[in-house]
Amino acid sequence: MSDNTILDVKKLSTHFFTENGVVKAVNDVSFSVSEGQTVCIVGESGCGKSVTAMSIMRLIEDPPGKIVDGEILFQDKDLIHASKKDLRRLRGNDISMIFQEPMSSLNPVLTIGEQITEPLFEHRLLTKKQAKQEAIKLIELVGIGRSNEIFHSYPHQLSGGMLQRIMIAIALSCDPLLLIADEPTTALDVTIQAQILELLKEIKEERNMSMLLITHDLGVVAEVADYVVVMYAGKVIEQGSVLDIFKDPKHPYTQGLLQSKPVLNQRKKRLYSIPGQVPNLIDLKPSCYFYDRCEHRMSICGGSIPEKMEVDDNHQVACWLYEKEEVRT
Amino acid sequence: MDQKEPLVEVKNLKKHYKDSSRSLFKRNQSVVKAVDNVSFTIEEGETFGLVGESGSGKSTIGRSILRLTDITDGEILYKGKSVHQLSKQELREHRKSFQFVFQDPFSSLNPRIRIGDAIGEALLDHGLATKKEIREKVLEVLNLCGLAPYHIDRFPHEFSGGQRQRIGIARAIIMDPEFIVADEPVSGLDVSIQAQIINLFSDLQEKKQLTYLFISHDLSVVEHIATRVGVLYLGTLMELGSRDEIYENPLHPYTKSLLSAIPIPDPTVKRERIVLQGDVPNPANPPTGCKFHTRCPFAREKCKTIVPEFKEVEANHFVACHLV
Repeated sequence: MSDNTILDVKKLSTHFFTENGVVKAVNDVSFSVSEGQTVCIVGESGCGKSVTAMSIMRLIEDPPGKIVDGEILFQDKDLIHASKKDLRRLRGNDISMIFQEPMSSLNPVLTIGEQITEPLFEHRLLTKKQAKQEAIKLIELVGIGRSNEIFHSYPHQLSGGMLQRIMIAIALSCDPLLLIADEPTTALDVTIQAQILELLKEIKEERNMSMLLITHDLGVVAEVADYVVVMYAGKVIEQGSVLDIFKDPKHPYTQGLLQSKPVLNQRKKRLYSIPGQVPNLIDLKPSCYFYDRCEHRMSICGGSIPEKMEVDDNHQVACWLYEKEEVRT
Repeated sequence: MDQKEPLVEVKNLKKHYKDSSRSLFKRNQSVVKAVDNVSFTIEEGETFGLVGESGSGKSTIGRSILRLTDITDGEILYKGKSVHQLSKQELREHRKSFQFVFQDPFSSLNPRIRIGDAIGEALLDHGLATKKEIREKVLEVLNLCGLAPYHIDRFPHEFSGGQRQRIGIARAIIMDPEFIVADEPVSGLDVSIQAQIINLFSDLQEKKQLTYLFISHDLSVVEHIATRVGVLYLGTLMELGSRDEIYENPLHPYTKSLLSAIPIPDPTVKRERIVLQGDVPNPANPPTGCKFHTRCPFAREKCKTIVPEFKEVEANHFVACHLV
């Protein structure tokens, strides 16, 4: 771990206790984010990427969910055992979050202005006049003209792209150290997605902010990430720098994901496809969770869960293929 | 080369929706031109890809071709016959040969009907087979679509997203159609499942000589599957051409910017990106002249007033732009 680590997640496990059994949504996940760095968590639906983000924000509803194990350190403060008051001070201030659906994240009966100024009153204790000035500045910062008009309008009057910009403005209002973005461009058209990604990159550089971006889109990851965490069935199966992951992927799942995505200007007769589907998180067997779908499976893979191991500097993979010969047999 | 008669011919198709939302104080009768004068043909055995952003009218075109919605003006010919002038009886006959695959197959399946019955429903409805024959046929298409025989007696909720899309496809091909309109069939799926479904579409096309209209917002998926591509913007075709032409030699500024907006999963590729300013305009109040001029980085004076002609600039490559 480097000195400028701002977020350190250690062996995090978040489980949901449902009628049908215990869902191990996040299962022994560790990674860290340092100052100014963009870390992407990538994976398919149900892999636990959003639950990881929600756990960091302490937004897991209990019951049915519970953080059962692990540590989340933000600037060396323990978030799992933080009091409600401390969390309140932190959220929207030092850590902010934006979500996939900007429409459902904003309150339809409050004006945009009221929603942008809320954290300014709460955390920065500005006066009404100061807050309005600041809000107008923020609206302009995220690239919307007519800021005065927008300040007084309601969410339904704006398009999806505009609302996501407003969400970003709200998230930035208190100069956060860490921005958590959960699929921020998934609901948007490609041309709007390009705008939002450019905006996030610019702002991040300007403010030396750290970003934790959750996405299923490998294209987005390649574009913005410095470091990538690949999740599958609640576990981290590989993590490394963006170049390691895209140029030298080790885990068969990462390799398969990269090959199965149709890429512009690279035509193939047939797409590679990973057979089968994601296992049910309720009755996981004590094997590698990718066992059923893996091309390289060996007998050991069906019998025990592989631990994460370092294959290269800062590049870790959880796969028996990379374990030393003696251990495997 | 144009000796063959096209399977589907769309001529000057227009579909307008009247927005008659009346409020206490004003009565506005604005018209949304969802599809505004679109013409193209689909040849037998090809996959025609229709791409565009939300609100571009791509789904409306698909639905119009199958007469799932009325049209305002224009004509749609299927094997030379006008689809929107068929009598009810004729339409029923016709419906056997064209089918629809939806984006979200779950919402089109009755949760209380076993999927075997859901897949065989159309055959029974058209009186084409006995119950026993239907069961055999259902087993056959289940197999073709990569599902297992024991799935036949299960209910929709027991399936994952990818499997449900396979059910949607099975439902379409059990009628032995010639033509399938697939509206965003892989958009809701994860990458690894998406690849399985795209491959299934290709396999079935080969086995059954199907013709597809493949509607999608994802240009990389369309590049993979389509033979020809039409690019829509606000209800109007901006560019139309073979896949190679559209992807290797895009001429319309909109097509160029769409292509450059797609993130490429390779961190070493650094591209010059054309980032479009602003949003897609409101279709109830589209810009005058070229509809794209408000966002076009190259717009000139005349783009604001004169509607560009949709002209053939190279063999079978059409573009609606003043600058080309």
